[in-house]
Amino acid sequence: MSTRLRNPVTAQDHAQGPADAPVTLVEYGDYECPHCGRAYPIVQEVQRRLGDRLRFVWRNFPLTEIHPHALHAAEAAESVGEQLGEAGYWPMHDAIFDHQRDSHAALDDAHLARYAADLGADAERVRRDLEADAHVVRIEADFSGGVRSGVNGTPTFFVNGARYDGDWTDAEEFAQALERAAQTPG
Amino acid sequence: MTATPLAAGTPAPEFTLSVTPDQRIALSELRGRPVILAFYPADWSPVCGDQMALYNQVLPEFRRHGAELLGISVDGVWCHRAFAEDRHLHFPLLADFEPKGGVAQRYGVYRAQDGTTERALFVIDAEGTIRWSYVSPVGVNPGADGILDALDRLAASAPTAGGPST
Repeated sequence: MSTRLRNPVTAQDHAQGPADAPVTLVEYGDYECPHCGRAYPIVQEVQRRLGDRLRFVWRNFPLTEIHPHALHAAEAAESVGEQLGEAGYWPMHDAIFDHQRDSHAALDDAHLARYAADLGADAERVRRDLEADAHVVRIEADFSGGVRSGVNGTPTFFVNGARYDGDWTDAEEFAQALERAAQTPG
Repeated sequence: MTATPLAAGTPAPEFTLSVTPDQRIALSELRGRPVILAFYPADWSPVCGDQMALYNQVLPEFRRHGAELLGISVDGVWCHRAFAEDRHLHFPLLADFEPKGGVAQRYGVYRAQDGTTERALFVIDAEGTIRWSYVSPVGVNPGADGILDALDRLAASAPTAGGPST
């Protein structure tokens, strides 16, 4: 159905790279989704290849019924982001994906709090935020904006606002698609 | 050759199908609220972003529109039960099993060559008229945005006096 991002990227989004980069890549993802775990190093690779010509935006799309830890993982990242700013959000994002497949407990609350503490965040505050659902509204807003934009699973990518239905599993091909978008005005 | 789904404006064909081994549901029982019919090829089809998992997650938003969601495939009730339990689905899966694909045929979305149904969506209004239909390529998950847009249009066109309460 819809193949356009209906909610434009704003300053509220979690973004890496310059706001005026010629390509904006938006990923709707779930921290417990194995496909997103697989996409994580590929996204890093295309970030390396495109450098400052790419802005990468992560939006939350936790499928909580099939991934019991996905919501808390997203909330813990938001908590760290609130405590340390974007400079904390992204290392937490990386820590979650780096540990995603360690064990079944890798994304439980205790581990999430430990990753946060390792980054210098207040682990107690992370626990309190999880307990209080302090960041759920933001995550639900990400989710529902994604649904309205035609996100049909995770990960779903948008390149300059258009849903990317090509192959993202091959970094080479993905980077080439992003290069083409960088050269297409508008 | 693809099937031609019943179009907007068509009365939704009535049916009664099994929803569990000992429970059946008739479409007319749901009169008075919008109904989403989601035909899909098969239980246990792959990927973590599976269409039924997505709809399960979007269920609260469908319910905010007062809408009821029904999944339909040619799989049998026992298969549906195992699939629904495994995926924690909170909406009914109907078994269009005997005669196989009989309901799908009447909605114009049976794939005779495969013995399954198209990946097809119908939004039926409170009076039982199809207001939106869509057939997705079988390999493409159509997402939920088309359904939500159709429900929005239904709500916008609802009569202001004496209409269904919200």
